[in-house]
Amino acid sequence: MGLLSKKDSKLIMDPLADNNPITIQVLGICSALAITAQLKPSIVMAISVMFVMGVGNVVISLMRNIIPSKIRIIVQLVVVATLVIIVDQVLKAFAYSLSKELSVFIGLIITNCIIMGRFEAFALANGTWRSFLDGIGNALGYGVILIIVGFFRELLGSGTLFGFKVLGDPVEKTGLYAIGYENNGFMVLPPMALIVVGIIIWVQRSRNKDLIED
Amino acid sequence: MGLKQNLHNFKEKNKDKKWLPGFNALFTFLYMPNETTHNGTHIKAADDLKRTMNTVIMALVPCLIFGMFNAGYQHHLALGDITSASGFIDPLFWSWDNLVVGLWKVLPLVIVSYGVGLAVEFVFAIIKGHEVEEGYLVTGMLVPLIVPIDIPLWMLTVAVIFGVVIGKEVFGGTGMNILNPALTIRAFLFFAYPTWMSGDKVWVHGAAERAGTPDAISGETILGSLAQNNPAGYDVMDMFYGIIPGSVGETSTLLILLGALFLIFTKVGSWRIMVSAVLGALVMGLIFNGVASAGWITESSKFFGLMSTEFWQHLLIGGLAFGIVYMATDPVTASQTNKGKWVYGFLIGFISIMIRVFNPAYPEGVMLAILLMNVFAPTIDHYVIQGNVKRRMKRVKVKAA
Repeated sequence: MGLLSKKDSKLIMDPLADNNPITIQVLGICSALAITAQLKPSIVMAISVMFVMGVGNVVISLMRNIIPSKIRIIVQLVVVATLVIIVDQVLKAFAYSLSKELSVFIGLIITNCIIMGRFEAFALANGTWRSFLDGIGNALGYGVILIIVGFFRELLGSGTLFGFKVLGDPVEKTGLYAIGYENNGFMVLPPMALIVVGIIIWVQRSRNKDLIED
Repeated sequence: MGLKQNLHNFKEKNKDKKWLPGFNALFTFLYMPNETTHNGTHIKAADDLKRTMNTVIMALVPCLIFGMFNAGYQHHLALGDITSASGFIDPLFWSWDNLVVGLWKVLPLVIVSYGVGLAVEFVFAIIKGHEVEEGYLVTGMLVPLIVPIDIPLWMLTVAVIFGVVIGKEVFGGTGMNILNPALTIRAFLFFAYPTWMSGDKVWVHGAAERAGTPDAISGETILGSLAQNNPAGYDVMDMFYGIIPGSVGETSTLLILLGALFLIFTKVGSWRIMVSAVLGALVMGLIFNGVASAGWITESSKFFGLMSTEFWQHLLIGGLAFGIVYMATDPVTASQTNKGKWVYGFLIGFISIMIRVFNPAYPEGVMLAILLMNVFAPTIDHYVIQGNVKRRMKRVKVKAA
């Protein structure tokens, strides 16, 4: 990448694969299970988290020298809460139905362990630009998994993608449904999201044996 | 030299081929392998894993054959071709026509179950480079017996792949699994395709395709009727013999009882689990009977139908007996300690009836109860063992003092 130095581009690329926040660090699982029944909320969630993490990391990094270390958790919480409220209000104003669909889970971004984790582990000790890249990178890693899970759950569970009936109409019996195919109701339930995430973890670790812990 | 020696030589020649585990699986199925242990303690026993598994399969065969006849019988009865049979030995039940329908519907289930399951096992054995494990032999026989007769074969295929991979192989294969694979397969089907696993359209062959037409036939299971506060509509002896609609092989309590005796006699199944599970079911049934007769709930309550069912009849209806005898006793997923087996079995019976009564949407409580207790079995064992350790420590202290 011409834009970024090698060290900086590592900040973006690492969380996408070998240091993925969901599949390797196993953080942020709760939201990954709750809102991935469909692709659209998954993507909105990914973008929201990306905004919160990118901006939050920058803010924390700017303040890193003036935050007393005893109350740093509270300061971090205030920053996340502010950003999350912004996201929540924007969604309510411009995408009300989506905001309904995501319900409490936008608010619960505050408790997303990835965000606090990156504030603590990275933004408190690094410069603004690098913190921004780290935030975006981790949010991308989180988003990629959300989108993969959302893709499979919506395709197999409802037979649609972004609401389009890609496999045919289950009521009219067209497309795949004409030959007896049926949607897999289990895919819509949260336990299946856990299993899909588990399968991604399995595939990833068997491709790269270094990731396997004993 | 005979076939055995030829096969053995063939094996030696291809020692480092990738597909060798696949060949070994077939080879050891036919002959005892001629490998011997060289050091350590030796125990000479005839009951290896394959022998144990075959014993369970033998205990299942009567259920399978009965299931075939019953499938045909329920089909013809619902169509009005025959009148209802009276008693266990009725030529109306054991007729050629019934068997033909049964064979036509049940054999594909058996073939798909074994074919797909063993294929998955072979693939994993070759990837991991270990021997093919025999764990699927029993699962493959259980699966066709616990699904509705009209389940589409592709659904069974998907479920078997899921059950074997997620239920067993990810944990490390036979002997390492936490959940009973056969029940994992059924639970997957139940949650993924609920319209094919419950209701009154799936238990009798032909009911699904006739639904909504003037020829519609209904085949509600007894549990289904009771859950809607309707009378069971079958006489108790019919329930015992198993001449009732239900999953393929689980209806006949009589044959399950014979299978249980066979398993106990051969010491393959644990009598502790079976007895304690029956006790658990009876206790829970008695509690509910007490609640119903004390008048705490009225007939308008949606629980009344199942709660007021005589406590001992719970053993005859639904898959409770089948689950207790063939699946709760699975040596891998059950508790290992004797005391633990009592707790484990009791809770299976107790929770089965509780789920059955309180959640009419999941009338087959035994499936969920066994899966739940599978998860808890290691915990139960842990506390039993800790209890033993504590007791012995005390004894040591008393002696020392």
